[in-house]
Amino acid sequence: MTDQVTVSSATQPRRAISAKIVQLQRRPRIGETIIQVVLFFCGFVSIFTTIGIVYVLFQESLSFFADPEVSLSEFFTKTVWQPQIGEFGILPLVNATLLTSFIAMLVALPLGIGMAIYLSEYASLRLRSTLKPIIELLAGIPTVVYGYFALTFVTPALRDLFGRDTVSIYNNLSAGLVVGILITPMIATLSEDALSAVPSSLRQASFGLGATRWETAIHIVVPAALSGIIAAAIIAMSRAVGETMVVALAAGASPNFTWNPFQPAETMTGHIARISGGDLSYGSIDYRSIFAIGLVLFFVTLILNIASRQIVRRFREVYE
Amino acid sequence: MIPSSSTGRLPQGREVNANVARRQRYGKAWEYLLLTSTLLGLVVLVLLIFNIVNDAFGAIATQSSVEVESLTGGRDLEELSQAELIAILEAELRSRVLRNLEREQPLVEREQANLIDLINTEIVKPEIVAIYPLNRFLFERSAIEAQLAAEFPRAELSFKSWLSGNFITNPMSSDPLKAGVRTAILGSLWLLSLTILIAFPLGIGAAIYLEEYKNEKPFDERSSLGKRANALITRAAGLIETNIYNLSGVPSIIYGILGLAIFVRALETITSGSIFGGSDTTANGRTILSAALTMTLLILPVVIISSQEAIRAVPSSLRQASYGLGATKWQTIWNIVLPNAMPGILTGTILAVSRAIGETAPLIVIGASTFIVTDPEGLFSKFTVLPIQIYNWTSRPQEEFRAIAAAAIMVLLTILVTLNATAIILRNYLRSKRVG
Repeated sequence: MTDQVTVSSATQPRRAISAKIVQLQRRPRIGETIIQVVLFFCGFVSIFTTIGIVYVLFQESLSFFADPEVSLSEFFTKTVWQPQIGEFGILPLVNATLLTSFIAMLVALPLGIGMAIYLSEYASLRLRSTLKPIIELLAGIPTVVYGYFALTFVTPALRDLFGRDTVSIYNNLSAGLVVGILITPMIATLSEDALSAVPSSLRQASFGLGATRWETAIHIVVPAALSGIIAAAIIAMSRAVGETMVVALAAGASPNFTWNPFQPAETMTGHIARISGGDLSYGSIDYRSIFAIGLVLFFVTLILNIASRQIVRRFREVYE
Repeated sequence: MIPSSSTGRLPQGREVNANVARRQRYGKAWEYLLLTSTLLGLVVLVLLIFNIVNDAFGAIATQSSVEVESLTGGRDLEELSQAELIAILEAELRSRVLRNLEREQPLVEREQANLIDLINTEIVKPEIVAIYPLNRFLFERSAIEAQLAAEFPRAELSFKSWLSGNFITNPMSSDPLKAGVRTAILGSLWLLSLTILIAFPLGIGAAIYLEEYKNEKPFDERSSLGKRANALITRAAGLIETNIYNLSGVPSIIYGILGLAIFVRALETITSGSIFGGSDTTANGRTILSAALTMTLLILPVVIISSQEAIRAVPSSLRQASYGLGATKWQTIWNIVLPNAMPGILTGTILAVSRAIGETAPLIVIGASTFIVTDPEGLFSKFTVLPIQIYNWTSRPQEEFRAIAAAAIMVLLTILVTLNATAIILRNYLRSKRVG
């Protein structure tokens, strides 16, 4: 053993060792500080984004409501949206959004949760590793492709099924069904994460008491992961509300206050897309109206997202 | 469990066996039901792909206004001499059309191929009278032919692949037979690269800050002002994190509205390029740059969150070792943390980008052009992208446009698959080179 330690690095300054006074105090490093400030502002871009969204939506909405043709109370109570004759009641748009989202949830909840339970409780490791990528593949397909699917496959199928007279070419049922397919992978993966996070000791205990796999899943694992599943459902709902391309293509292009899913009815997102797709002149009332609709949409999705996060925080069962 | 507990007593003897058998049957039934719901996902995927392939390939029935045979007396156009071709043109075309053609280039000087082209476009004029998807062409051919014979007796049925080399290299056109996705693909690539260029550094920067510097106290803790400033910065960092989570749930169309108001209108002088001196002034801020900035804001939360996860996964022992060797914080991050986190960061970023490439709604709102024939030339030119083209063609009622929409979807899906495959290969390559 030698007690000689050699520093192999050639860049190591030798004179620092020979210097008599070694400054141990922390030196200010300008470069490091600059980097930190730059990185901080990278993070701050997200704050600017939020401020930008809120500012833009509010400012343009204010000038929308300042218009003599529009009144705030009529905006939220009237059931006619016809900018040509100065009627701005958002209810038909909200109604169509709710209808498609509701149909979507009817499809996605049982399917998504069923997939999640199967994958986390039943599937063998090998089956799981084949099925999961397929579900993720479904999640990665662009929404405009789903819109194409709704219009050229689901709608004709529905029309063959229920009769061409009852089902219009554009209808909320087809749009809702396809939005449901679109959000199913989301519910499935998020719920599966929640179910897999339940410690396996709970399952073992249940099996030990003689419960079958299904009983364990439904009485032990699902209740333990319920907060996660509900949060997943709410996030998926917010996604369904904000989904644009499927409804823009398949749900129809005229605001229509109806609960009949076979009828065409334009949703909030569909309306924004259609209005801004044409030649929109800045400062016109049409231009401002998309900000008012956007504001409503923003708040609906924001509330849903916050609710989902609060549910996870509040009701999460923590084991171990 | 549940069935026996309701009677208030435990089952005895044979009852136990019957009970257990029933519970197991019940469980089995549910298992199959759950399996069905999982397989339904697979079925939807298959239907989706079938539907697209079915529409992208198929058959067209073309009908000419004049039969070639009646012009040539039963011979092929290729067999005719130049003089005969000119004779046909002169016999069939009106004198005004002929004069125009002569003015462009005298008929006698034209090549034979050119003359045949002229005859095809000016006299024969093939026209699509019906189009059929692939499944009907393959399995119901006799029915189609019977129907055609009744309605358009002179129509010819032929296989047509809407997805072809020409479809990829042709620019946009109002004629579905000539329309292509060249401008859209170039627009998508421009948008994609620009978005990566902006979002990648910003996103990683934010993620590094949140993971490595969040608890750092840059100001002197001993003075009250420094203490307050430090508290403020910590608060801001917390705010940024919550905010990123909430932003990731904002619908994409809202980003479009933001982009329309900020990048297209408020910053028009910058995004239209007029501040940098003369550019395409017709774009009015509806440029690639505006779109890329909007897309950046849209995918930034995803990039940040996945980069954060990747950075968090780097073991802290590596950092400690680096500090122990005397490296500064930034040296540690640059030389140790980032190389190790890179596989995860890249995977997350590519997934975010592949979301951006399929995103349509915000681009509609900021005003992507739906009909544009010229290739995008730079940051400040008007643009269109693949999803916009697909949306535009799908929303038209003619079946021909549906067919080319399906072909465009196949191009888009190919690009997406390529991107994702790249992500996987890149991740595996970087993993194999990893330090730790």
